[in-house]
Amino acid sequence: MAERCAVIGVGQTHYDAKRIDVSMPGLLREAALRALEDADLTWNDIDAVVIGKAPDTFEGMMLPENYLSDALGASGKPLLRVHTAGSVGGSTANVAVSLIAAGIHGRVLTIAWEKQSESNAMWGLTLSPPFSVAVVAGAGGFFAPLVRTYMRRSGAPEDTGILVALKDRKNALKNPYAHLKMPDVTYEEIRDSFMLWDPIRYLESCPSSDGACAMIVSSEELAKKAPRKPAWVLGTSMRSEPVQFAKRDAVNPMSGRLAAKDVYEQAGIQDPRKEIDCIECYVPFSWFEPMWMETMGFADEGEGWKLTHDGTTALDGSRPVNMSGGVLSSNAIGASGMCRYAEAANQVRGEAGEHQIDGAKVALGHAYGGGSQYFSMAVFGSEKP
Amino acid sequence: MSIESLVKNAKPLRGPHVIEYPFRRSCGPILSRFFSGLRDGKLVGIRSRTSGVLVPPAEYDPETAEPLDDFVDVGPGGEVVSYAWVSKPRSKQPLQHPFAYALVKLDGADTGLLHVVDVGGDESKVSTGMRVAPRWSAERKGDIHDIEAFVPENEAVPAPPVMKVDETPVGSVLTPLRLEYDFTAGKEQSVFLRGIAEKMILGAKRPGDDLVYVPPRGADPRTAEPTPEFVEVADKGTVVTYSIVRVPSENIDFELPYVCINVLLDGSDLPFFHVLQKCELEDVRIGMRVQASWVPDDQLEPSVTSIAYFEPLDQPDVPFDDIKEYC
Repeated sequence: MAERCAVIGVGQTHYDAKRIDVSMPGLLREAALRALEDADLTWNDIDAVVIGKAPDTFEGMMLPENYLSDALGASGKPLLRVHTAGSVGGSTANVAVSLIAAGIHGRVLTIAWEKQSESNAMWGLTLSPPFSVAVVAGAGGFFAPLVRTYMRRSGAPEDTGILVALKDRKNALKNPYAHLKMPDVTYEEIRDSFMLWDPIRYLESCPSSDGACAMIVSSEELAKKAPRKPAWVLGTSMRSEPVQFAKRDAVNPMSGRLAAKDVYEQAGIQDPRKEIDCIECYVPFSWFEPMWMETMGFADEGEGWKLTHDGTTALDGSRPVNMSGGVLSSNAIGASGMCRYAEAANQVRGEAGEHQIDGAKVALGHAYGGGSQYFSMAVFGSEKP
Repeated sequence: MSIESLVKNAKPLRGPHVIEYPFRRSCGPILSRFFSGLRDGKLVGIRSRTSGVLVPPAEYDPETAEPLDDFVDVGPGGEVVSYAWVSKPRSKQPLQHPFAYALVKLDGADTGLLHVVDVGGDESKVSTGMRVAPRWSAERKGDIHDIEAFVPENEAVPAPPVMKVDETPVGSVLTPLRLEYDFTAGKEQSVFLRGIAEKMILGAKRPGDDLVYVPPRGADPRTAEPTPEFVEVADKGTVVTYSIVRVPSENIDFELPYVCINVLLDGSDLPFFHVLQKCELEDVRIGMRVQASWVPDDQLEPSVTSIAYFEPLDQPDVPFDDIKEYC
């Protein structure tokens, strides 16, 4: 039987286009110190540090783990790095949880980040090797055709993406850490924004952000000493698949469905539609909200868009999605998955501030990465399982 | 040329793959003092409780993780504590005549700064324990190159004063990166690419399986079993999905806007990305039939770029239900 595990501290930096006031270690340190403060701990209370960021070319910092042990209080402790492209923030936290669940450590600090201002992710994603043709323009270039397929399959109303973007941009106004704050944003402004990768518009896309997110996970025994309510980890799962194989469903990927099934089983969830109160999921382009609602079983195939149109996913809806404003409002790529976890954990801790969902008891955190080929998920509960 | 003869030529294709980008690192308050000091012709370290005076200054104590802020002037002279001789410098290395990379412990410091020691190319003049001092660059910009090299202390001259004092702290440093790979396409890809040079598009499959992979990668991605059987597929196909790209991207040469299609060639089971041209943007649709437009024969080479683009084919659209497994 695995040890019970809880999130006892959460810390985030403010997300911004350029955090040129701090070094990369300084940026991580800021999130880590906030998590330590939230858990009323010092560096000495941490047994191990698990870190994650998106691929090295995104900011050209090769082996950042070599420069971080002093900033993160890891001297003389295990420090390890996890790699799973954009989903890394989720899978990094999963590894931290596994170190607690296995009974190896008592408290683990986990951090994920990106400092996008030091590079250009579009460049990092279009490194075509010899003999190939470069046509896929960044993440949007890869995901826009999948969005079009989803639109064709589901017959969703064309403004679904606009409505998701409007909701998340409004939600971000209640999140003090969010990068994009657009208090006066309107449906029309999003609709009329520039088509970057048709059918994806500028205001339906995530920004490039600098930022870091940290969590402290602990054993049940040590969670008793936490000054604030812990979020109990009811399950974590990670699944992957090849980016290309014949008849692959890249819109509703097998690995996403498997990770959801696994994490619900671990959490004892029979029907996610009834038992999960709110969701933070990785939506870098607005249409991915309805897509992931289907993958994770909150809607039947082809019907995820209805949850946006009928207000289910709104902040005041029956099952809100991306209460924090999500990836559409802050995207420090590596950090984005861990933000989803941290925000979901804070909901069940009652620590989500202005975007708190009253009485949230069970929350789902979700991250995906690569060509929709890595999925990481975690379910957090307010009550000890 | 036949498939058999293409397969027989098993020598993998190779080519240069260069990744290059000028990353810009923000310094934060501590390293900013170090780089601003270099610009002003001064060297600074930082005092830590556990590890003495660190140069370059560290932001945090290496043992206790405490924040550090006790700056100390060090140098400019120092001692070589260790070195490695570079007898044949490469073009991007700091000096073009033989030199030493050395750890220089500046006076007042407890750690060695990694830098260059220039002894005019004469290895016999460098030694552990030798005294050195900086040879400053004439134009200083606030990065590590503001010191050209360390030289024997008796040859050093004081830092020339800056003509115009810049009071702004150095906020960031440019760190250009360049990686040169010798890319190998692999056996199956090389067969595919040599086929392309003959205007033949080859896929591969597992024995006893119907699914054809284009381009072939040597194994079925689902089962990892080898796909040794090569088959030719058509240069005509169906658009299974697409996007219209209006955002510029480095490394992409197509003029904006362009149509990026995911095209499933007749006889293949794996769609791949290419561009569609000779088509009005509003006419692009899922299910439309397209055909490869090849570069002129004398420009054909073993590269996917030998397909210049795809263009519409005057045939009825394929119903969505017939391609939905590939969309």
